Amino acid sequence: MTRSDPVVGKPLVSVENIHKSYRRGSQSISVLRGIDLSVGRGDFIALMGPSGSGKTTLLNLIAGLDRPDQGSLIVAGTDITQLGELDLARWRAIHIGFIFQFYNLLPVLTGLENVELPLLLRNLSRRERREHAMTALELVGLADRVKHYPRELSGGQQQRVAIARAIVTDPTLVVADEPTGDLDKNSAMEVLELLEQLNREFNKTIIMVTHDPRAADKARLIHHLDKGTLESPGK
Amino acid sequence: MELLKLIFRNTLRQRLRSALTIFGMAVAILAFCLLQTVVNAWFAGVSAAAPDRLVTRNSVSLIFPLPLSYRQKILQVDGVKRVAFGNWFGGVYIDERHFFPRMAIGGNDYFDLAPEVILPPDQVKAFWRRRDACIAGRKLIEKYRWKIGDAITLTGNIYPGEWRFVLVGVYTGATKSIDETQFFFRWDYLDETVKKIMPSRGGKVGWYIVQVKDPVQSAEVSRAIDALFKNSWAETLTETEKAFQLGFVAMTDAIVVAVRVVSYVVIGVILIILANTMAMTSRERMPEYATLKTLGFGNRFLIVLIAGESVCIAMLGGITGMALAFPVAGVFSEHLGTLLPIFHIHWETLLASFSISLGIGLLAAALPAWRAVRVGIAEALSHAG
Repeated sequence: MTRSDPVVGKPLVSVENIHKSYRRGSQSISVLRGIDLSVGRGDFIALMGPSGSGKTTLLNLIAGLDRPDQGSLIVAGTDITQLGELDLARWRAIHIGFIFQFYNLLPVLTGLENVELPLLLRNLSRRERREHAMTALELVGLADRVKHYPRELSGGQQQRVAIARAIVTDPTLVVADEPTGDLDKNSAMEVLELLEQLNREFNKTIIMVTHDPRAADKARLIHHLDKGTLESPGK
Repeated sequence: MELLKLIFRNTLRQRLRSALTIFGMAVAILAFCLLQTVVNAWFAGVSAAAPDRLVTRNSVSLIFPLPLSYRQKILQVDGVKRVAFGNWFGGVYIDERHFFPRMAIGGNDYFDLAPEVILPPDQVKAFWRRRDACIAGRKLIEKYRWKIGDAITLTGNIYPGEWRFVLVGVYTGATKSIDETQFFFRWDYLDETVKKIMPSRGGKVGWYIVQVKDPVQSAEVSRAIDALFKNSWAETLTETEKAFQLGFVAMTDAIVVAVRVVSYVVIGVILIILANTMAMTSRERMPEYATLKTLGFGNRFLIVLIAGESVCIAMLGGITGMALAFPVAGVFSEHLGTLLPIFHIHWETLLASFSISLGIGLLAAALPAWRAVRVGIAEALSHAG
């Protein structure tokens, strides 16, 4: 990973007039209504709001995990709404590092192997993959847990492995969906400090969905969503 | 390599579930192998039939005899090389449970007609030298611990009386599909006694075995032989040895069909079981598949991951079943004895078992893989935790 200077000018994420709804039986439920959002390089953004406000939906759209019904989504210079499934997967592999609330580590792989997983999509030798993965694990302070399986790690440790997995490919954007939602207070603080370090020292652009006010404190900018609309940002 | 590691570890993840499914698969393939072997044993005579041999019998039924005088006439037919003959003796050895084929054979070149029956030349000579000589197959000798020179007594039923023979030879089969449980003695020994006790049955044979010079001429030669005896008191039906053997199988066709159907039903059942296992497994792992998609892995990776695990379970079970089939078939063979004398696993059965195992593995993964590919990432992730 390299430290990059904050870039002003063209935003890294440009969301314009995004609409998204889901079908529940015969009903269509509108989740996002005309969202506009801009995220610059090196920003650390928190998306907050009540349950059902559309925070995770917006995060999933930005990360290319879902498609909007309407609107424009330009992330890292690419209009991702125009990409086919295969191209979108490739794009995600390069540009997105995702941190899940429940870590989503593969239980049959060790910590090191979980972190190596995204690197299988790169043209790297086994030795190179190991080196990259070890670097990421050292950064999150888990170099001594590489051979442990997820069941042998605490919640906080699993989330740090998940963070290492998210950053091992040096992605353009890190997205985190309730990264402290399943952690105790101390583990949550460790994870948040790690995210803050990634933003501060390595200028990683982070978009985080959270209910946790302590998490929001770490962010530089907070956006509130309510009933599918975005309020003005604040801090 | 990493994908293989993931497949293998996933296979062993839920050990009890995988072990039970593998066990079920092994039992299914074992059952399939044994049932197919039963079917093959039923058709053993058909498989062993020679392309250059015909069987001439009474056109009404095999139980009606033919005159011995037909032999010379058949020998005159164009395309005929050799003619031998035989009678089914039946009889009882010790008691009714000790069944094995017992036949009276004639024609000095009988053993030349059947090169797949291997008999040392000195034993052939001994057989034709002594009127009360008999020859038995290797498996029969081993079962009853007979030795050359032993006296063997049969109690006749079709041909009443006590019939005493001296064992002069032991034949072996040139291949595993040759029946080594048959008992032969001389037709003229049978006939001289029959002429004394049942004169009307003397000079008659049950069938002729005709060796043709060129198998391509079999149909022509068959027609020519039958034409010789048309409108006689004993009209003949001449057919290839294979067709003759198939006639026996046809009598029990329903049983063979039933056995075949059951063997495929067993396969169908295990397919459903494995498909259910894979469906349960993939449902539980949807969040993992969603995570892999999030990381950038494509549909092909997922399909190979799911199919790989399914094939792994299926093949582990299949190979175990095939391996177990050999000792189990051995036990069956011992207990079946002369009932189904040719009872061994054919390579075609193993190939079919292997292909079926692979096919089951792939089919069972089809629906789960399709679901994993189709499910939206966001939707699948919402079920995590």
